[in-house]
Amino acid sequence: MTAIPHQKLYVDFFHEKRGLASWLVTHDHKRIALLYFYAISGFFVVAFCLGLLMRLELIAPGETIMSAQVYNEVFTLHGVIMIFLFIIPAVPAIFGNFVLPMLIGAPDVAFPRLNLVSWYLYVIGGLLALSTLLYGDRPADTGWTFYAPYSVKTGTNVTVAVLAAFILGFSSILTGLNFIVTIHQMRAPGMTWMKMPLFPWALYATSWIQVLATPVVGITLLMIVAERTLGIGLFDPSIGGDPVLYQHLFWIYSHPAVYIMALPAMGIVSETIPVFVKKSIFGYKVIVYSSLAIAFIGYFVWGHHMYTSGMSGPARIIFSILTFLVAIPSAIKVFNWISTLYKGSIDIKPPLLYALAFIFLFTIGGLTGLVVGALATDIHVHDTYFVVGHFHYVMFGGTGFAFIGAIHFWYPKIWGRMYNLKWANIGFTVLFIGFNLVYFPMLVLGMMGMPRRYYDYLPEFTIPNLVSTVGSWVMAIGLIIVIVNLINGRKGPKASTNPWKSVTLDWTHTQSPPSLYNFEETPVVTRGPYDYRDYEEYIKNES
Amino acid sequence: MSGASNFAEGVDLAFYVIIGISVFFLVGITAVMIYFVFKYNKKRHPKADTSITGSVKLEIIWTVIPTILVLVMFYFGWAGFAPMRDVPEDAIPVKAIARMWSWTFEYENGKKSDKLIVPKDRPVKINLVSVDVIHNLYIPAFRVKEDVVPGRNNYMWFTANQYGSFDLMCAEYCGLRHSYMLTTVEVVNNEEWAEWMLTPEGESDLDRVAAGFNVIKTNGCVACHSSDGTKLVANSFKGIWGLDRKVVVDGKEQTIKIDAAYIRQSVYDPNSQVVLGYNSGIMPSYIGMISDTEVEQLIEYIKSLGGDAQ
Ligand code: HEM
Ligand SMILES: [Cu+2]
Ligand SMILES: [Cu+2]
Repeated sequence: MTAIPHQKLYVDFFHEKRGLASWLVTHDHKRIALLYFYAISGFFVVAFCLGLLMRLELIAPGETIMSAQVYNEVFTLHGVIMIFLFIIPAVPAIFGNFVLPMLIGAPDVAFPRLNLVSWYLYVIGGLLALSTLLYGDRPADTGWTFYAPYSVKTGTNVTVAVLAAFILGFSSILTGLNFIVTIHQMRAPGMTWMKMPLFPWALYATSWIQVLATPVVGITLLMIVAERTLGIGLFDPSIGGDPVLYQHLFWIYSHPAVYIMALPAMGIVSETIPVFVKKSIFGYKVIVYSSLAIAFIGYFVWGHHMYTSGMSGPARIIFSILTFLVAIPSAIKVFNWISTLYKGSIDIKPPLLYALAFIFLFTIGGLTGLVVGALATDIHVHDTYFVVGHFHYVMFGGTGFAFIGAIHFWYPKIWGRMYNLKWANIGFTVLFIGFNLVYFPMLVLGMMGMPRRYYDYLPEFTIPNLVSTVGSWVMAIGLIIVIVNLINGRKGPKASTNPWKSVTLDWTHTQSPPSLYNFEETPVVTRGPYDYRDYEEYIKNES
Repeated sequence: MSGASNFAEGVDLAFYVIIGISVFFLVGITAVMIYFVFKYNKKRHPKADTSITGSVKLEIIWTVIPTILVLVMFYFGWAGFAPMRDVPEDAIPVKAIARMWSWTFEYENGKKSDKLIVPKDRPVKINLVSVDVIHNLYIPAFRVKEDVVPGRNNYMWFTANQYGSFDLMCAEYCGLRHSYMLTTVEVVNNEEWAEWMLTPEGESDLDRVAAGFNVIKTNGCVACHSSDGTKLVANSFKGIWGLDRKVVVDGKEQTIKIDAAYIRQSVYDPNSQVVLGYNSGIMPSYIGMISDTEVEQLIEYIKSLGGDAQ
């Protein structure tokens, strides 16, 4: 370990102030990141278990462990938690908070108090969502999309669930706002836009979506509440409303939200690969522009969720062609990542494994996305298990794997210790195999014609469902290995400050774990973020 | 799964094109990735070539080629889809009525059925009507699917080109029994079909029954009472007409018969006679919300679900 002298100002962020109270009022971006980490991981484990229960129910036709009503509530809760409480906040709120300031050489985010407020909103929204289990009628059974008019008519606890999502939206907006200002105002001297690492770039593009798109869903969800309580009839055709209006409003947010989920994960991949390949990312600028292009075009493709809603033919055609265009920047990223490997000096460590798995799984997610983006094929697979398989490849195979990879990558930075690398590799392998066993059969089921949100199914769908359920057990074992190994790592050997030998500021200029304001003195940036020329020397001189 | 309508060919061609290109790319990307990981492994290749930072030529190539390919995919997707919006003049009109959680098909001459009966090789246009929430009519073998949205006149059409019985499902989540909202399409020959169309049905109570169903649906009864024997929060309506039940009146047990009077009482003063084993105080009174006529319709509906008296 290199010895950066402890000055009074730089209170060590773990050791000087302890106790729950000091955490709950902290303004430090790293502590807030960890608060998010524990809350988000908790929700993830809950929703993962709900997923396992659904798979168990679907192991064979007929009732297995729960009734139809319970099943409908379970997939709704699973979807709501996974989307609003896990996949949207996971990467920005945890890793954005923890490493964004360090990557750009800043002592904290621009508005530390607002940052804490965002966390409280998150927790309140999350608890409110879970509280729907405890009182009133039954928990919501609408699916995470809350489609009207069913969501207006059902007797279940939809109003509270929708309000929870509304509050969570504010958490997301405030985080986005905070990051935009941080990135504009707080980059270290010398860090021009084109010297900024790619994870901050990805967060920057994401934040704009969060700020601009989330209010739309906020209003839309309030409309559902107004429909339920006052019956104003926006979505009720018998008094002049239109149920399809709801779908437009919902997807105007929720499609861009797909990029809130995907872009930060792509940023992690861009950040990870050069470190383990020891050369510059291939096509830095192209990756930057592709992020911005995705964020921009992503606003105009929402209609592809509604090809069968009765939209006009021309509308369907326009949405389809735009959908194909938004696929291109993602493809370009994949090509650039792969090219980065060329003539590198590749060190296969767990974070890199997750990054490579991301590329493979996300590519499957993207390519199946072309099937649902094309008109003729979507007509067949829309609202079937093909879609369920497709979005799990994107969200879990993509963002989920990048998230777990990020934990493995920044683990020594966050906790100053190292987990067991061998077990990390084993856990990864089991998780990866299990993942494909769960979701590949779903793609097959969808092609065969099994609709989604089905509690029970016709006998011809039995075998792929059985494989998928058995796969879910393999995946669960993989996840358990990963989690246990990470927990044990807390007692593992002390990690050096820069174990992966990265040249970005978070590793070269801060301790592990970092001190309160990260940097002893504001770093001055002279090199590009992925300049690995003579890196050993550079790292030695800087620390 | 092989297709059985005029659209199957175009849709399946789009599948082959898109999946073919996709598999090619997936295999290519994965192979190159694995090859690089082995070839440039740290052990074999201790020093990275840090001079490589990008290539304008490559970026152009891998922007232009995928753009062309996705436009090709778009084209096949569009070509397979375009005829679906183009209904032939002579298509046989059928009205599909979707409700939670069953289908009714109504033909030109007023005849109704719960299976969709169509002739082979003749275009059929389905007008999609929902009486409650959004449903979706999906016939996988025909490669057709369209939402059934209340208040909208959505439609679909197809020409079946194989005899047989094909699954017809609801593909838009519509609540409790969504996965049971299934029936079949029966494709028969033209003469058989014409003959079937002309056979009159027995005097049907369908309308009153449907009205009764509408009552329990619009008033939220369905959240607690199923129509298929499933016990939800409360007893199912299925098969209860005319049965004897033990109820609790003022804390004392009594046996009553489920008849019109009991049903009326249960709607207007539900907690006065609660069936043994269920909690009192859960169901609200519907005085002022459900009218007398509506109660009559409701009774017809419950009768239609079977029971002792039938
Ligand atoms: C990062 C992880 C995950 C995310 C983001 C995620 C997200 C979602 C979402 C949004 C839905 C749609 C819910 C709806 O239709 O309203 C869903 C459905 C489903 N999920 Fe997950 N999920 C994840 C992990 C899992 C796991 C671990 C399992 C099983 C072991 C699972 C099994 C399922 C199944 C079977 C459905 C379909 C339910 C149905 O259509 O009937 N998911 N998931
Ligand atoms: Cu979308
Ligand atoms: Cu349905």
